[in-house]
Formats: sequence, structure tokens, C-alpha cells
Amino acid sequence: MMQKHFFTRAAVIAALLLVRSTSADVLPDNRADVFYSKYSGGGMDITGYSATARAKITENFAVEANYFIDKVSGASIDVLSQASVIKDERKQKSGTIEYLRDKTTYTASYTSSVERDYISNTAAISLSQDMFGDLTTVTLGFANTQNKVGENNGTANDPNVAWLGHALTRAYSGGVSQIITKNFIAGVNLQVITDAGYLANPYRSIRYLVPVDVNPKGYALGNQVYPDTHTSTAVQVQGKYYLPYRAAVTALYRYYTDTWGVVGNTYELDYTHPIRNRWIFEGRVRYYKQSAATFYSDLFPFADSQNFTARDQNLAALDNTTIGAKVTYAFLPDGWRFFKRGTVTLDVSRIRFNYLDFRNIKDYGLPQYSPGSEPLYNFNANVFQAFVSMYF
Amino acid sequence: MLSTKILLKRCAMAAIVVASTAFAAGGDASGPAPSFTLTTLAGQASGLSAYKGQVVMVNFWATWCGPCQQEMPLLDQMYKKYKPAGFTLIGVNVDKEAPPVKQLLERKPVSFPVLLDPANQVSKAYHVDEMPSSVIIDRKGQIRYIHRGYKPGDENDYQDRIRQLIRE
Amino acid sequence: MRCAKLLLSGTVLGALLLSSGCSIQPWVKPYERDRLADPIMAWDRDAISNAYLDHIRESREGSRGATGGAGGGCGCN
Repeated sequence: MMQKHFFTRAAVIAALLLVRSTSADVLPDNRADVFYSKYSGGGMDITGYSATARAKITENFAVEANYFIDKVSGASIDVLSQASVIKDERKQKSGTIEYLRDKTTYTASYTSSVERDYISNTAAISLSQDMFGDLTTVTLGFANTQNKVGENNGTANDPNVAWLGHALTRAYSGGVSQIITKNFIAGVNLQVITDAGYLANPYRSIRYLVPVDVNPKGYALGNQVYPDTHTSTAVQVQGKYYLPYRAAVTALYRYYTDTWGVVGNTYELDYTHPIRNRWIFEGRVRYYKQSAATFYSDLFPFADSQNFTARDQNLAALDNTTIGAKVTYAFLPDGWRFFKRGTVTLDVSRIRFNYLDFRNIKDYGLPQYSPGSEPLYNFNANVFQAFVSMYF
Repeated sequence: MLSTKILLKRCAMAAIVVASTAFAAGGDASGPAPSFTLTTLAGQASGLSAYKGQVVMVNFWATWCGPCQQEMPLLDQMYKKYKPAGFTLIGVNVDKEAPPVKQLLERKPVSFPVLLDPANQVSKAYHVDEMPSSVIIDRKGQIRYIHRGYKPGDENDYQDRIRQLIRE
Repeated sequence: MRCAKLLLSGTVLGALLLSSGCSIQPWVKPYERDRLADPIMAWDRDAISNAYLDHIRESREGSRGATGGAGGGCGCN
């Protein structure tokens, strides 16, 4: 009886003296990437170049820097009211710091995106916590973006930018990732985004019916009028499963809804197949469908028919289907000198966009098609990415 | 018939002990080290009993574990340094298959014995709850210290403990 | 009286479990995470490429947000 109590007490004291220091997870490996991308579709050609590097300063502290430059040329379908060719450049710089302490990772980042007629700065913080034997990861994040929106009233080579307004965007996110079995991990993300201010795209116009003697096209163009607030909620559920012969299959579904009446559903399926230490092949299929915003219309009956009017194709009822393939080849599978690994990746996607209530008025009109009966717009886009990644 | 009060007290103590020991990262532990017999990459059988009377560190590692790779060269140095004083280090690898282990050790060889535990029996017996884990066992075969995880600088901690146990 | 004692012991036990960081024993042991540690099981193997694809989609769709993933991996340390 005495002995039992002694051991119990000793155990308790020993237990109380044990420092419950939670050991930590690890920060990702050091890595540098050089990236090239090309988007062509819908009359637009966008070439992107980027360089990223991340390194651990200490075991607990890492920094990452990214530089991205986008060059746009071409004219999208709905740019009707000015010189048809757009040539513009967007430069984006971002810096991130990561701090790991016990089982928590804290991240802070700042991103600045500048183009002739649009400036955007984002400050973001997030926190990621491992719990329940490292099977669960909970993430919380907040981002604040200041946007300055302008319109180029000149031409591509001789610009004349007028600043139209500001917009403030706040994004609140939360996510939980859970290891279900040794082959299966699942997650759910929630993100609520609010914007306030000048939210329209100044280059897009609405159209409304007018008699043919007023305008031979049968319609006239007008300015879009957007609400000055917007709140959206998106929820994504995803799962990744390890197939016994060494491959992974991922499925995800995202539901989106916002105060402008847009409801979007995204479905995606990915398959990843590696070959030993050298190759990784990936295939993806994605289907997206959205309903139009309440104040969207391809053709309004007359000027000022509603408080809010839009004809921005992003707010139309549409669906798109993507098929993509990605190949990663490790040209340095086991490293060289201080590099641990080197890979080169090619990624191609083909996207078919189908608009359900946005008509192609650039190529079609009177006398063959009266306003509102032009063929619906659709186009194919090709997206190409190539990048070299060095791990060190 | 135990009164509810005593039952509650014992439950609470058991909970503290279980909870705390389950999540302590590096601390004193106690109890006899479970014996085991595993095979080396070459197919030879070996186990804890082969090192009776020595201070033994059993290090649980895997080819897919980054911190494990980080500490291997330091463990190797430590092994070579204290081996003459009656210390041995056993690397228990928990990979499910041998080929990646062989490939890794061919590229980055170590001089301490590496035993394979693909069925994870030894990992279970030692209640491994973090990767990597290092269990330090004294000359009498008692577990004295468990270190969970690895961060640069932890090797100093290992050396302190080993020196302490060698002196006993 | 018995109910109160049971409730008390339950609360104390619960509080102890919570204070110790919830000692639910993980059903996937750290040495069983080889598959989850495989790079093909990462949510964002190439974050920069995924971010670019997200950017393309957000520029042409009315939806935004909730993309990406965290967790998994080897759970080492």
C-alpha cells in the first residue's frame, strides 16, 4: 500500500517536472525557381517571367522573395471603346518571412503589384498550428489589400492615365487539414473576402438597346455602375489519396457565393504519377460553372435601367473546362555540390470558356444578328509554364 | 471498495502521467529497455543484447525524414568519439522497404550499426511518437532519456547525457 | 451526490486532457508517415505554379478564394 502511493507520487512529481516542450515541425527546404509562363486565348497574349528564392536563415526562420513580370498584348473581346491593342506590363514584388516556434508557423508577407493603370499592395499574415500528434493542421490568415484603379485614356505607346478611385480588400481565411489514414489526407478551407471602393473594370462597358437611327449597331455603350461593396464566401473541400503502387489522386470541390449574386462551383481531379526519383507526371481536369451577377446583363433595355449595371464577362453566367498535364524531370536527382536536387517542369493547360449569357458583339451584329441574338461567346486558351527549380 | 475520491485522484494522476509523458519532447524516462532482434542490411541478425553493459543510444530514423538526415553525420561523429569508452549507437530504420535505405547509406555511409524495423515492432515497443527519436539506455539496460525530434544543437544534449551515463 | 462526483471527475479529467494539449493518441504513428512525407502527397508541390494558375482563373472567373492547403508531410520534429 505504501509502495503503491510512493510510486504514484514519484510518477506524478516526475510527470510535473517534465517540460512539455512541444517539438516543432520543419520549415520547407531552401529553393530557387526561375519561371516562364505564356497565356494565349481570347485575343490576349500574356507572357510572364518570374524568379523566386527561399532560404532558411536559422532552423526556425526563413525568408522568401519573389519577382514577377507580366507582359500583356492583344485585345480581349469586350474592349471596344478604345484603341484595340493593349500593351502593358505588370511588375510584382513580394517578400515573406516565416517563423517556426514549437508547432506553430507564423508567416508575414508583403506584395506590391504595379502596372500603368493599377497599383495593388497587400500585407498578409497567417498562422499555422499542428495538433493532435501532428495529424491536424489549423491555419488562420488575414490579408489587407489597397488598390488604386485608373484608366489609360491614351494609347499603348502614348499613355494617359487617369486615376479613378481606390478599393480596399480584406480577406479572412481559415483551414483545417486532417490526416485520416496513412494513405489519406483531407482538408477544408474557408475564405471570406470583402471589398469596398471602386470595384469595376473601367475598360468594360455595358450596352443598351437604341433605335437603329440613333446607332446603326442597334445598341449604344455606357458605363458600368458597380456597387461599392462586395463580400464573398468560398468553401473548398479537398482530399488526397496515396495509391499503393506509388501515385496520388486529388479531388477538390469549391463552393463560392457572394453579395453580387454570383454562385460558382469548381470541381477538380488530379492524378500524380512518379517514376522512381526522376520523373513526376501529373494530369488534371477541372470544371467550373458560375451563375451571373444580379446586375449583369449582356444587353440592357435602355440607359440607366437599373441602379447597378455590368457587362463584364467575369460576371456573366459561364462555364469552363480545363485539361492540364505537367511533367517534372529531376536532372539532378541526388544533388550536386551544395544543391540537393534540381528539377525542370513543363505544365500545359487547355481551357475552354463557354459563356451562357455573354454575346460576341465584336465579330457579329446587324444586319445578320440583331442585338441580343448574336452568337454566345466562347474561346479556347492555352496556358504554358516552364520552370527550373534548384533545392539547396 | 475504493471511494470515488481515491478513484478520482488515481485517474487524475494517471491522466497527468500519460498526457505529460506522451508529449514531452526531451526528458528523463524510466523502465527497462525492451529487447529486440532485427536484421542489418546485410541480413545479419543483431539486437540490444549484443551491447549489454554498454551505454546504448537507439536512434529511430527514416529515409523520408529530413531532420533524421541532418543529425546522421553528427551521430556518426559522436559514435566514433565515445565508442572506446563503452558507448554504442544503433540506428533503427523504420522504412517499409530496404532499397531506399541501401541507396542512402551508399551515398552517405555511417559507421554505427543500422538495423531494419520495417514491421515497426520495435518502434511500437519503444512508443516512438516523434521522428526522429533517440532513446538513451544505461549500462544496466534501463531507459534513462528520450529525445524527440532534432534541431541543430541537440547533439550537445546527447553528448552531455552520454558522458553522464558513461561515468556511472 | 454520485452524479456530482462523476461530473466533477469528468470535468477534471477533461481539463487535464485539454491542458496537456489533448492527449488523443495519434492513430497514424510518426513512423507510419512515409507515404504522407512523399513529395507527391504535398498539397502545393510547386507553390509558384499553383499561384499562377489561381491568378489566371481569378482574372477570368467571378470566384476567388479558399484555394491551397497545409499540413501533412512527415510531421518530423
